[in-house]
Amino acid sequence: MKILIIEDDREAADYLEKAFAEAGHTAHVSRDGETGFALADSGDYDVMVVDRMLPRRDGLSVIAGLRSRGNTTPVLILSALGEVDDRVTGLRAGGDDYLTKPYAFSELLARVEVLNRRATSRDADTVYRAGDLELDRLSHTVKRAGREITLQPREFRLLEYLMRHAGQVVTRTMLLENVWDYHFDPQTNVIDVHVSRLRGKIEKGFDSAILHTVRGAGYMLKAA
Amino acid sequence: MALRLPAIMRTTAARLSALYFILFALCAVLLVFYMTSLSASMLNTQTKETINEEVQGLDNAYRRGGLPFLVRVVEQRSRQPGANLYLIADSNGRILTGNVESLEPGVLETDGWTEEPFTYQRYGEGSLDRRAPRLSDLEAASAATETRHAAIALISRLPNQMIVLVGRDLGEPERFRGVVRRALIFALSMMALGGLLIWFFVGRRALRRIDRVSEAGKRIMGGDLTGRLPVTGAGDEFDRLSENLNTMLTRIAGLNEGLKQVSDNIAHDLKTPLTRLRNRAEAALASDPGDPGEGGYREALEATISESDRLIKTFNAILMISRLEAGYSAEALVKVDLAVAIHDVVELYEPAAEEVGVTLEAPAVQGSFVIDGNRELIGQALANVVDNAIKYSAGAIEKPAVRVSITQDNGEISLKVADNGPGIPDQSDRDRATERFVRLEQSRSQPGSGLGLSLVKAVIKFHGGSLSLLPGDPGLIVVMTFPKAKGG
Repeated sequence: MKILIIEDDREAADYLEKAFAEAGHTAHVSRDGETGFALADSGDYDVMVVDRMLPRRDGLSVIAGLRSRGNTTPVLILSALGEVDDRVTGLRAGGDDYLTKPYAFSELLARVEVLNRRATSRDADTVYRAGDLELDRLSHTVKRAGREITLQPREFRLLEYLMRHAGQVVTRTMLLENVWDYHFDPQTNVIDVHVSRLRGKIEKGFDSAILHTVRGAGYMLKAA
Repeated sequence: MALRLPAIMRTTAARLSALYFILFALCAVLLVFYMTSLSASMLNTQTKETINEEVQGLDNAYRRGGLPFLVRVVEQRSRQPGANLYLIADSNGRILTGNVESLEPGVLETDGWTEEPFTYQRYGEGSLDRRAPRLSDLEAASAATETRHAAIALISRLPNQMIVLVGRDLGEPERFRGVVRRALIFALSMMALGGLLIWFFVGRRALRRIDRVSEAGKRIMGGDLTGRLPVTGAGDEFDRLSENLNTMLTRIAGLNEGLKQVSDNIAHDLKTPLTRLRNRAEAALASDPGDPGEGGYREALEATISESDRLIKTFNAILMISRLEAGYSAEALVKVDLAVAIHDVVELYEPAAEEVGVTLEAPAVQGSFVIDGNRELIGQALANVVDNAIKYSAGAIEKPAVRVSITQDNGEISLKVADNGPGIPDQSDRDRATERFVRLEQSRSQPGSGLGLSLVKAVIKFHGGSLSLLPGDPGLIVVMTFPKAKGG
């Protein structure tokens, strides 16, 4: 995956470049809004990571400028501003995801990978499949190895999100944001309990594990 | 170079006084002008009427007794003090009798009213007629110095072509004008004096009050935020201004206090974990790098990360509370159904509650419970309260349970979260529980920053509601009250 990082803090940018490289991606760094905009406009990137406060040209203006030129590259906004309306303005400017500083790299990586997948979206699929697990988005039914599994509405949405991003790491915050539409930190392990309930329903009585815990990051749905 | 007015003239009071003075003076001049012209024309009419009557009388006299009787009447009337002008002349213009000695030439040739005022000289010293009135010495002297006067007259002719003139001196209207002029000057100087006095007493007073307000303002700017502007109690606009500014100052002082509290809190409660962090790193440095166990690099780093995560959370909570208290931008306010909010949060926490053996229940409700709010903030507040309730009811004597309910009356919607844990028996502890970083004795063993309830309080205050903690039997009841949405 080719990633463009527009971040003015040298140390943070270098760290991101190295960390993305270790994760198997190519990352380019630009340290101000103007050159970042030029790079994004000419280069073919899969995902962009844009800091909100940049020298020469503000991050939101870079994104809005790219969008007005028809550039649809997914953008993740990094910001020290994390209040509710900051997020809203960020997404309104054309960002696809918003992450507040400081963040864990595992969280950023998971989000960037999900954003990239969005370019080859499964949104149009009506049936998601992972191994012998099958989820029908229209009839709201879930089957594993041909056997129907009854899920609560929220469990269904949880599994739907996990299956849409099957094979990718999904963090707890991503689940909270996308399944519950909350952006705060629930303090206790509420998400873990939901996931383990779901896991009980889709794994109990079947041979193989399919919903895996990724240590220090989150979860991944992946057929063996 | 621009003309600099003296300081006293640059005050608003002085400028206003000057402006009013000019306005009043203009009005007075106009009024006086109008009145003099009105009275002058009235006097004129009156004079003409009098003259007409006189002429009528003389005409009658002539008709009754002929010329000799007319002459007698004229002589008699001429002698009266302040008499009109009388003159009888022959057709050639030679003066026969009357109290006029000489006239402007040509006057006697007119017929009827003289068109313009003319000058004349009264019959004075060395009179032709011994029966003519004797003038007093004073009048004689004045007649000698200003011998000619202006007058108007009606000239008529007798059937025998003799000329009869009856006129009136114009000295009186002129004297009247003089009186008016003097009155005007007097009135204007009185007004100037009055304006000065008003400026002195009213303007100076206002000036002094403004100066006092400025001085108080300077003191406050100097850093004394407890200072207030003087309010005299008169209830006038100065008082209203001072009161409003004082309210503003109180608000600023409150915000300042909040800021101070935040920095105190940061100093006090963030230093402790930072010190822990530093100590741990130091200990790890001092330890044997190869040792995988206690004090090893890996464990120390993991502990460092989780400690900094906690710090970040605390920091975020502090920032959020301050921002809410400072007046969050209300852009994000939408219609939020609290029944739905409860459902969402209960649904989120229910599995976690069950995990620790706590029953979390929210009875189904009918109707809508809509407020103007921010779903995210309300969700977070509710989550904090429910999280607390689950945490503290876990130690209940009977089966631990948390009950969330919602009621509405009189434009208010109340959310109640009741647990059956140990509760907070002491009233003063319950009051203190919502303050920042306050962790009551019983909760020291539980994880948490001590910011949960203060964040809840800030969120509710932001929505214009109130938070209260009531004793349950057993346990604690947290009541969050929100005002209903406007227009729905």
